[in-house]
Amino acid sequence: MENSEKTEVVLLACGSFNPITNMHLRLFELAKDYMNGTGKYRVIKGVISPVGDAYKKKGLISAHHRVIMAELATKNSEWVEVDTWESLQKDWVETLKVLRHHQEKLEASSCDHQQDSPRLERPGRKRKWAEQRQDFGQKELLEPKTKDVPKVKLLCGADLLESFGVPNLWKSEDITRIVGDYGLICITRAGNDAEKFIYESDALWKHRNNIHLVNEWITNDISSTKIRRALRRGQSIRYLVPDLVREYIEKHDLYSPESEERNVGVILAPLQKNTAEANS
Amino acid sequence: MKSRIPVVLLACGSFNPITNMHLRLFEVARDHLHQTGIYKVIGGIISPVNDNYRKKDLVAAHHRVAMARLALQTSDWIRVDPWESEQAQWMETVKVLRHHHSELLRSLPQTEGPDHGRAHSLAPTGSALVFPAVPELKLLCGADILKTFQTPNLWKEAHIQEIVEKFGMVCVSRTGHNPNEYISGSAILQRYQHNIHLVREPVQNELSSTYIRRALSQGQSVKYLLPDAVITYIKEHNLYTGDSS
Repeated sequence: MENSEKTEVVLLACGSFNPITNMHLRLFELAKDYMNGTGKYRVIKGVISPVGDAYKKKGLISAHHRVIMAELATKNSEWVEVDTWESLQKDWVETLKVLRHHQEKLEASSCDHQQDSPRLERPGRKRKWAEQRQDFGQKELLEPKTKDVPKVKLLCGADLLESFGVPNLWKSEDITRIVGDYGLICITRAGNDAEKFIYESDALWKHRNNIHLVNEWITNDISSTKIRRALRRGQSIRYLVPDLVREYIEKHDLYSPESEERNVGVILAPLQKNTAEANS
Repeated sequence: MKSRIPVVLLACGSFNPITNMHLRLFEVARDHLHQTGIYKVIGGIISPVNDNYRKKDLVAAHHRVAMARLALQTSDWIRVDPWESEQAQWMETVKVLRHHHSELLRSLPQTEGPDHGRAHSLAPTGSALVFPAVPELKLLCGADILKTFQTPNLWKEAHIQEIVEKFGMVCVSRTGHNPNEYISGSAILQRYQHNIHLVREPVQNELSSTYIRRALSQGQSVKYLLPDAVITYIKEHNLYTGDSS
């Protein structure tokens, strides 16, 4: 399939990134290889969107630090970057809204920059169609080419997929819209469990074509929880997180038994919000 | 305060290529030994195997050494030693241990005087004699190596004994392997189990060089599984493309 016929995709990963680890970064690589490998998609960008402090998760340190660590981690990436919009909001933002925000941003920049070459990739790379336009004659300038807007898809691990089942954590309408309007790319070790989970949900089943399960053959169990635990115990986290992230954590002494106690006793924002709305 | 026994960790293997998992072995082993309160890890050595080992898909030793060197650029305590890879033929692990152990002894600070060559010195305060502690050299490996001791003809019995008796091992657990089983299944290992340190790696990681090579030959990304500098080297030298045998 020609490049121009492929659907361009932006992978959006939401999460605490508390801290970001090599495993998070691997999700992007695995997803990109998979989507590009189908021949139908072309992944053009990856976006890391750290959750805001208002999420109130236990042990969640300030968004300021989490954003900087993610930026350090993606410094050497040509296609993955960090977006701070979600983390800067005063209140917690539903994932559906974050997806919508990024999709609208893409649509806006696509309209505004029809005459220019939109900078969807890192500086230094030109969009192919802009180059092609120069080859066409005068006639083409009268009919600006509207390239299809890239599609934002939610990138996640199996834990997020299965969290759809946690009562009051997600609004069911949100789940339907996430998989219906946007799409999910889920990296999982236990493909069978994920498939079973999709099968058992009418909403997910209906949009199963928009849910891409990517098998991660090797167990790569670098969770942020384990990183924080290792740090509290004075154990090395080298080679589990990028060196720059490790150095930043050490310099600012970010994770301790005290930091792990943050938000203890506080109800997680989505649970609070969804329960309140259900009761109102 | 009782002083700790200094330890140097030696990892032998193909390192074809080196990965973050190999590097983790050192970190995890060091943490474990330090937390026993008995040992102080003062160095780590990566010793890539000789080309004459003739393992399938083994790329030239000079590449494997270069990649390990790149991977260790940012480490202040682990280094790569090409001695094993530079020998005329493949050599048993116990010989590599013996070599590095004698190198360690040779590098100990020596004092002048009638006892030249022996580890005697007078402490600055003029009180007790100070003997610089002789570092112990231990074989660092995954728990799967313990299992290979059972493979017929792969290891000489006498060598296994020398490794666990004279040197010692630090074995880091791997998914699917139960090191305690391997020890209890062998009389020699049981006898010297005090010298076999089993380390639990809480971050389960099935990452292997085999996986890396397969991913590379299929054109897939291996970023974040091994250091960027090593990935760049592999691309520049066209290694693991699957074309060469």
